[in-house]
Amino acid sequence: MRRVKSVIAENLVKTYDKGKVRALNGLSLDVEEGTVLGVLGPNGAGKTTTVRILATLLTPDSGHATVAGIDVIKDPDRVREVIGLSGQYAAVDETLTGWDNLVMFSRLYHLSPSHSKKRAEELLEQFSLTDAAKRPIRTYSGGMRRRLDLAASLIVKPKILFLDEPTTGLDPRGRQEMWGVIEGLVKDGTTLLLTTQYLEEADQLADEIAVIDNGTVIARGTSDELKRQVGGERLEIVAETQDLKKVTAIVEKISGGKVLVEESARRVSAPVSTGSKALIDAARALDDESIHPLDIGLKRPSLDDVFISLTGHAAEDKKEEEVVDPRARKRKKK
Amino acid sequence: MKYAVSDSLVITKRQLLQLIRVPEVLIFSTIQPVMFVLLFRYVFGGSISTGIPGVDYVQLLMPGIFVQTVAFTLAGTAVGLAEDMQKGLIDRFRSLPISRAAVVFGRTLGDGALNIVVLSVMGLAGFLVGWRPSSGLFNVVLGFVFLLLFGFSMAWVGVLIGLSVKSARVANAAVFIAVFPLTFLSNAFAPTTGMPKALQYFAEWNPVSTMVAGCRELFGLQNIFGVTANSWPSQNPLEMSLIYMVIIMAIFIPLSVRKYINTASK
Repeated sequence: MRRVKSVIAENLVKTYDKGKVRALNGLSLDVEEGTVLGVLGPNGAGKTTTVRILATLLTPDSGHATVAGIDVIKDPDRVREVIGLSGQYAAVDETLTGWDNLVMFSRLYHLSPSHSKKRAEELLEQFSLTDAAKRPIRTYSGGMRRRLDLAASLIVKPKILFLDEPTTGLDPRGRQEMWGVIEGLVKDGTTLLLTTQYLEEADQLADEIAVIDNGTVIARGTSDELKRQVGGERLEIVAETQDLKKVTAIVEKISGGKVLVEESARRVSAPVSTGSKALIDAARALDDESIHPLDIGLKRPSLDDVFISLTGHAAEDKKEEEVVDPRARKRKKK
Repeated sequence: MKYAVSDSLVITKRQLLQLIRVPEVLIFSTIQPVMFVLLFRYVFGGSISTGIPGVDYVQLLMPGIFVQTVAFTLAGTAVGLAEDMQKGLIDRFRSLPISRAAVVFGRTLGDGALNIVVLSVMGLAGFLVGWRPSSGLFNVVLGFVFLLLFGFSMAWVGVLIGLSVKSARVANAAVFIAVFPLTFLSNAFAPTTGMPKALQYFAEWNPVSTMVAGCRELFGLQNIFGVTANSWPSQNPLEMSLIYMVIIMAIFIPLSVRKYINTASK
């Protein structure tokens, strides 16, 4: 069954500082209706710029994009009626309460005053913020703030939702909560484009992943497809140093491929194609030789491996604190 | 576009709500002008002679301080908008299906409305230290309407500044540098006749001066400050002030709205 493309971006180019900085370099992507596309890339790869163009906040230098079949450049007003946007930085009024904010945004979506209040109540309930409804946002935790921001983008149940790094800067618990909320939305059939620099997040939430670097998509596919691109499963055994030779022989026999021996880690590994059977064979062979491995397992490549093999560098920026620094945002967005 | 007015009013309401949620803002934006009233009244009041028998300094001072205060409306507007930009709130507004002018119109209306509170408190403070407008209720009210209009038109200058600077702190500094001299190079606090000749001409054509002179007339005083020649602005300060306001709005409303629409699309 062929599904409708809710979001299409073709050859988007965006430069800053009179062409000196190329934020997007012919980026193309699409999202099928009712699915989640995870746009994965390091800081400065062009994730935020892409979202801002699709959400009509930014005009590309060239290229073409439609959202729900509507041209974002020619008809931005109509696009705004069908999208929800929740940014990397909680864009709600911090001096107002959660309730104030949701009523205000409901009114700006042209709900009637009574309907606005009803909707605010529903959303506060849905996002477990009812108790904090009458508190100013500045007293909220990071996770609560993000949830409220997300709630504000769901007032009219948008067909297409853009989430720009929804969990950046959150602690693990806040991240887990946010994932739960997003998974709930996806179940309800919302089309979602989500940017993230966390591989784990893309793995968890996205149906399909587009890896971007330097303003273009360098790979795309499901998480499994991308992992396969890097190579299949590997059998990995960690054993005492005196056993390593025997272990190597066993692994060689089962794998038939190139065996990697890491003496210092006391680890032997090799690619296998027979899945769990290889694991069982290895365990049996080790037992026959009376070797007790310290660890034995099948290792699937992580998205981290994928990213490194595609780009030559890790996805998560070393300077994590830069992400939280508002000055960094300024530079990224401009 | 049928929602243009109601969208603007939602934004205005947001600002008024902010005043309720963070009352400190209102308290401080009122304390400052009241402090000015007291300082000028008691520090300069004794040494500046009005030259008119029976009229003491506070009668001339109050219109001056009123005008200075509403001129500074643009500070609040500029800082508020710069903050909204910095925090990403403007992005959120821009992603909503609302009228393109609503955010800036709502903001200037809200800042204009804040002036009603500030002017009321100042008027009361003035009354307590001896200010007695002698022109009758209608003219006094008209004077305040003039002041509110001036504040509203200055707010539009603030919109352009707020959307042009990089941060709220810069906005604040920029506004002070621009407005402070403007309010002092005028007839607001002292006669302009003591200034160097060139400054006298500037002061005479300064919109702050025409506003001050106009308000003094409406509050029942003879127009005696700031006349260096029988020029048109000093003879017709109210008319001149209205012309200035129309000019300011004619220039800054379209510029500001355009700036808002283009701001993040760069």
